[in-house]
Order: sequence, then C-alpha cells, then structure tokens
Amino acid sequence: MTAAPVLNRREFLKTGAAGGAALVVAFHLPGSALAAAQDHEKKTPNPLNAWVRITPDNRVTLILGKSEMGQGAMTALPMILAEELYLDWKQVSVEQAPTDPKIYDHGTGGSGSVAGSWLPLRRAGAAAREMLVTAAAQRWNVSPDTCKAQNGGVLHGARKQFLTYGELVADASKLPVPDFNTVPLKNSDDFTIVGHDRKRFEAAAKSTGAAKFGIDSRMPGMQYAVIARCPVFGGKVAKFDATKAKAVPGVRDVISIDAVGQGAFTSGGVVVLADNSWAAIQGRKALNITWDEGANAGESSDSLRKHFIENAASPGKVVRNDGDADTALGPSLDKAAKKIEAVYELPFAAHACMEPMNCTVHIRPDSAEAWVPTQAPQWAQGVIAQVSGLPPEKVNVHTTLMGGGFGRRYQADFVMEAAQVAKATGKPVQVLWTREDDMQHDFYRPASYHKMQGAVDAQGKLAAWKHFQTSTSIAAVWDKNGKEKPEASEFATAAFIPYETPNFRVEYALAHSGVPRAWWRSVEHSSSGFVVESFIDELAAAAGADPLNFRLQLIGDARKIPDFTNPKQGKPLDTARLKGVLQLAAEKAEWGKPLPKGVAHGVAGYYSFESYTAAVAEVSVKNGAVNIHRIVYAVDCGRPVNPSGVVAQVESAAVYALSAMMKNAITIDRGRVQQANFNDYDMPRMSEMPKIEVHLVMSKEDPTGIGEPGLPVVAPAVGNAVFAATGKRLRRLPIRAEDLA
Amino acid sequence: MATTFTLNGKSQTVDVSPDMPLLWVLRDTLNLTGTKFGCGMALCGACTVHINGEMTRSCITPISSVAGKKVTTIEGLSADGSHPVQQAWIAEDVPQCGYCQSGQIMSAVALLAKKPNPTDADIDDFMSGNICRCGTYQRIRKAIHRAGAAPVGKAKSA
Repeated sequence: MTAAPVLNRREFLKTGAAGGAALVVAFHLPGSALAAAQDHEKKTPNPLNAWVRITPDNRVTLILGKSEMGQGAMTALPMILAEELYLDWKQVSVEQAPTDPKIYDHGTGGSGSVAGSWLPLRRAGAAAREMLVTAAAQRWNVSPDTCKAQNGGVLHGARKQFLTYGELVADASKLPVPDFNTVPLKNSDDFTIVGHDRKRFEAAAKSTGAAKFGIDSRMPGMQYAVIARCPVFGGKVAKFDATKAKAVPGVRDVISIDAVGQGAFTSGGVVVLADNSWAAIQGRKALNITWDEGANAGESSDSLRKHFIENAASPGKVVRNDGDADTALGPSLDKAAKKIEAVYELPFAAHACMEPMNCTVHIRPDSAEAWVPTQAPQWAQGVIAQVSGLPPEKVNVHTTLMGGGFGRRYQADFVMEAAQVAKATGKPVQVLWTREDDMQHDFYRPASYHKMQGAVDAQGKLAAWKHFQTSTSIAAVWDKNGKEKPEASEFATAAFIPYETPNFRVEYALAHSGVPRAWWRSVEHSSSGFVVESFIDELAAAAGADPLNFRLQLIGDARKIPDFTNPKQGKPLDTARLKGVLQLAAEKAEWGKPLPKGVAHGVAGYYSFESYTAAVAEVSVKNGAVNIHRIVYAVDCGRPVNPSGVVAQVESAAVYALSAMMKNAITIDRGRVQQANFNDYDMPRMSEMPKIEVHLVMSKEDPTGIGEPGLPVVAPAVGNAVFAATGKRLRRLPIRAEDLA
Repeated sequence: MATTFTLNGKSQTVDVSPDMPLLWVLRDTLNLTGTKFGCGMALCGACTVHINGEMTRSCITPISSVAGKKVTTIEGLSADGSHPVQQAWIAEDVPQCGYCQSGQIMSAVALLAKKPNPTDADIDDFMSGNICRCGTYQRIRKAIHRAGAAPVGKAKSA
C-alpha cells in the first residue's frame, strides 16, 4: 500500500514558481490578480539581457535569480554562468534580478538553488556565448567553427584576431536566441571555475557594514512601524486605547489591521507608526489592548503531549506496509531475536534568523515598490499586488540581502502586514519585528512523537521495523489534503529508509494544534534523521554489532532504492553513495581506533535533498554535560560548484543542528510561545563549538542540495556517541541533564 | 535634547530623547546601518560598537551616556575594508549571511587591542557574547588568529 505523493518542499517550491504560488496566493487573490499570477508562460528570454549584461568597455554583470541568504547562491550561480561564458572572474559583478516570475524561477529553498539552476544557467550561459561567437564570426566573415570564446572575448585562432564581449554585445544581442535544449554545453573536463574554491562575492561588503539587508532599507519620508499582535495564536484585538501611545515622542499614528487568510497566515493587530524604530517600539509599549484570545488559548506543550500519547495508543493511518511488521514483532518472533521499543520526542523549533522579520513597502496610486528580505520574491509581489489592487508588473520588489532565511523568509506574512499598513497610510513604511515578535510569531518546525519498534534476528538482519509518528504537521497548514489525508504529510519520508527489512510499517496520526508550522532547515529530516539514525543504532547495540558495520550490512548491496514518496520523479537512493560517505567519515574520524577513557564515537548517515551525508561525532560526558570534541563529515552532493561554499554550508548546518540538540526548544503555554529572546532560546556560542571537519566526495554527478543535508546527521551522531560513552540513550531533544543522569 | 559626541573621528550632534539607545541613533537618525539590531537586550552582540575604545552593546546604551565620548562603528574601522581584521575576515571567507559580522568584527578588534595574540581560551571568553546563527564561529576564530599574527595597523598582504 502506498501513500499519496507527498507535497514535499522541493515540489512546493517548483510549483510555487510556476503556479503553486498562484495556488497558495489563490486562497486570497481576487480574480484579476490571480489571472496575472497564473500567466507564467515562460518564453525563452534573451540571455544577454536576462542573465548577462555586458558594457561596451567589457564589464560583465551576471544576474542572480535566487535569493542570497548566506547559503552562497550569489557566488555559486554566477560561477556556472561565468564558466559557460569563459569569463575572467575578475571582470564579473553580480546583481540581483528584478522580480519577474515570467523569466526567473525565484523561489529559494529546499536546497534547490544550485541543483535547480545547474542546467538552466549552463544553457543560458552557453546560448549567450554562442550569440557572441556568432557575432564575432559575422564581423570577421568567417565560420563560427573557427572561433572560440576565451577570457571574456572571442578568438579567431588562425588569424589571431580577438574581440572582447564588450565590442560584440551590441550585435550579438540582436541575433536569434539559440534553442536552450540543443545549445552545446562546455565540456566538464575543461571547467576552470566550477569545482574550484571561490571566495564569496559579497564578503567584503559584509565585512565593512556596506552590505544592505532588508532592515537597512530607507526611503524618503519613510515611517517605521511595529505591530502589537495577539500572543495567543489565532487571537485578535477586542479593543484598544492608543491615547498614551500617541503621546510618546516620535509616534505619528496608530491604526489596526485585520488578520488575513488562514488562521496562521497573519495575526492582524495594532500598528504604531513613528519617525524611528525606537519611538515605534516605545509607542507599542504604551498601548492598552484587550485581546480576544480565541480558540487556541487552552493549548500547551503538556496538552499537546497528552494528545500525542492518545494518538499513539491507536493505530495511525498507514503510510507504508511491506510484509507484516505487527505479526513479525509479535509472539512468533524468534527467541534469539532482539526486540526494541522506544519513544522519541522533538519539540517545536524557531528559525531565529539574526535579522528579525521586516518589510519596506510604498504603495502609490499606480505603482508600488518594496524592499524585501525574501526567499520568495514572486509571492511577495503577488501579495502586494493583491493588497494594492495593482497588476504584479506594477509592483517592483527588490530582493535584498537577508540575515538568514532557513525557510522563515519564504513566508509572506511579514509582507502582507507591511502591504496592509502601506495601503492604509499611503506612505512608505518599514514594518520592523523585534526579537520577541520574531520568536513568538514564527512558523515553527513541527513538534513530533515517534513510537519505534524493531527486531534484529540471530543473523543480524532487520526482521521488522515499525515507525508510528504523530506530529503537528506542516501539511495540515499548507496542503489542502493535509487534514483529510494526514498520511501524506511531510513525515512520510520516514517510509523511505536505506535499511532492508521484509516487514516495514510506517503509520501516521495528525495532532491538531493552533501553532503555525512551516519549513525549517531540513524540514522533517531534522526529526526523522534523529529518530531513524538513533533507532538503528539501538538495534545495533541490541545485536552487539559495531554501529557502522551494522548499517553497512543492512544498507546492503549496490542498488538504487526508488523514492517511496515520489517514485516517478524523486531521485532514487544510491546505496553505494550512502555507504561511500559512511565509510569516508569513518575513515577520516579513525573509527575503531581506541579512544581515551570517557571519549566515544557515534555515527549517522542520511539521504536528503538528493545528497548523501554522514557524520562521526567524538564526544565525552562529564558532570552531566555533553562535550562535543569534533564532528567529522563526509558529504556527497554531486559535483561541488564552489567546494569552499559547500564546506561552509555543512559547517553552518552543524551549528544549526546543535542549537536544537543542545540549547533550545519552543514550548507553548495558554496558547502562546513561552520563549521571548535569546535569554530563554539561546544559541550555541563560540566557547561551545566543536571542531568541524568536512570531507567532500569530488563527484561528477550533477550537483544536488547542500544547504540542509548537513543537519539531520548531527543529533543522532552525537546521541549515538553519548550512548557509546555512557550507556545512556538520548530519545528527546534538546538534551536534558536528567537524560544523562 | 542635543547630545554631542565624536563619531568615527568627527564631531556629531543629535537632537533626540536622551533615553534613545545609541543603536537607533546610529541606524535611524544618522543612517549608519552597518551596526545591526538583533535582540535589543545585549544578548547577541550584533549592535557592538566601541565607546572610548571599549567594546559596548549599543542597543542598551542611552545616547545621553555617550555625550563627550568617542564612538567608533564598523564604518569607522576603515574607509575601504583595509583594516587588518576586515582583511582577515575576507581572506578566511568568514561571512555567510553576514548580519552578525559587523558586531563580530568590532568585538574582535577590541579583543586584539587588549590581546594582540589571543589564545583560543581568550577568544572563547571575549567572543561568546556574539551570536552567529549561520555558524561561522570556526572561521571567525581562524580570522582572529590570522589578524593577530599580522602587525597591528598594517594590512596583511593576501
């Protein structure tokens, strides 16, 4: 029995660009704007305008169609264009694309920027190159076969003539655009840019304070706004008194805005407008508001946990059922087999971008302009178009740099609020979120509860594996089937694991919650990785087997396992590549070498976003505290475009994972988030950092994702190491002292 | 109320509420947006500046307390990114999203002024007030060691 295809993040983003954003926005758009948003007929744009701009004096600007949020797209994507164009990197500048979903696939996320842009950018670059070469050949009256691109120009070998792209671009731009499907691409053996370390393009700007983030946007006459939102999810303003707020120096006005769309979309609230951010914040403190807390005021982490436990007492909806795990785990199980049962729990997690949410918008009668730190400029444009009543082409959305994204900035709630305020006031306005706003009005990584049962037979084979999950799924918020077909939630990816077993059952039950949820770095893999890679380790321990060998045995022979959640379009799991990263990480960490007393290794390997990651954590536990000495990674994400950028992303994902393992959780009480700032949702600090080593497989496969795959292996590798060091098994995150006692 | 102080070497007078934090005076009144807002409670370090050479979190520093003092922001370290710490940051490819990095650099400069060749323990102590959500800590540490090895006041060649 198979589940319905899952609306995973990659699919959501793909459809988001072509029509899914229209689908999501369609819940809220009036007819005319919907028609405009659906008009995504992508004619092939002239690459010498859309992707590469060349001046007569041969300066080259490459256009970036994705958002740069620290993940390195602003460097890696231009590298692909520069390679096909035979550019000298020194002549390259990079500029953010204007928001135009007819030309650009803007949506940034799902670890899909390099993977999704690889072929399209190669084709665009190759097409532009062909046009420039053809223009040169025409100028020289020779066959284009006798000309070749090099060093930012075109060379005719025999006559030793050379023309720069700058000298050719005017003529080249007028030529017909080659067919992107057939334009010859550069031979990968000749790559001089792709596959070689490249320093981040905007590193200097980010080291001098010159780099402008969304929150740094300034417009003449701009007002600053902060919004008082009901702390209880789904609650609204009953009444408010702004007298004291309006008396605060610098405050200009106080208005209210309505909640929009689904309950989780925006909260609505009371808006304080002022001459500067500080006055707005002070003004909000002086508001007197009575809240109508609404239906979710009774929810708490305790009540949610009770709900999870109730769900776990009954069978869930079947996600996958191979063989008969219940019978296999029952009384007929061989006496020599080892059977394990375990419950795993993970809390809500906040994105906690360093730059709090913000959006700057000016709506004029016949046009609008916005500066948005967004992973989804096309959605921001659609939302502002909807609120203003303007066609999307009249809404100029500038995508700024952003202080972290991690999925949070894919949302349009902070854009909607700013558009509402801009529409109400007619003025340019920056809606600024404080840290407390950002912490308490996030779209959280779901909380989940997992009941695992498994057995290893006397031959060391996996006799059965049963995974019951219940969670506050993302799908229930965003997917129209999310409530009716809960088994099609994002957690269905736990039905796609590399370990062979004849009896494999995965069940799911939806837990209802008023807490908003959406995509958080690595999404459900942040939970499933911990659960699957810890439970397989428990089975290894029960079998008395080495954890690494146990995994390698159960992954089995070289084969390609179809993606259970998307058999037609999903990339299969190549077991050889998974074993490859496990073995490489083990080799680099010197797995099996005797370690000092109290120090132990733990391992985890995982397939996510079409990439393969493995980690060995080296850990000691002293006085009830876990000390992580180092994490040794092996990573196979296909051909690395910018190897040093890939390493940076893995280092980054490791720290993000450690924050959720070691430091913080979002808890709910009386329908609201209890945490407010970094005092109660702390981040890993410099003094707590393990050494992180990253070893890349220099693959020649097409590039696959790397923003997120570094994350799922960290918590299980560390947890497995803690077990090896102490005999204590970690089954819930974050780690608590009593779990180590 | 008028407050006069020295900002990046030049005299500056602002007319704002005395309790307005220096962070917002810099960002909103003076449009120097290199210093960032991260938490408003001196927990994250994104707002770090120097006041009379000392590392200070500007989000909790009322402008009245800055009167007559010397303030240096990230913009004041150099006209062109040539400060040795900035050069080390670029050489080690430290930034990812970059939002915390102004604060990190200002803290690092203050550390190196006190300890030109800091140990890892010195770096832990001094830099643990600066959060990096992108996890660039390992590279920050390397960049501080690199800048520390360079003579103070001279840009190290690449």
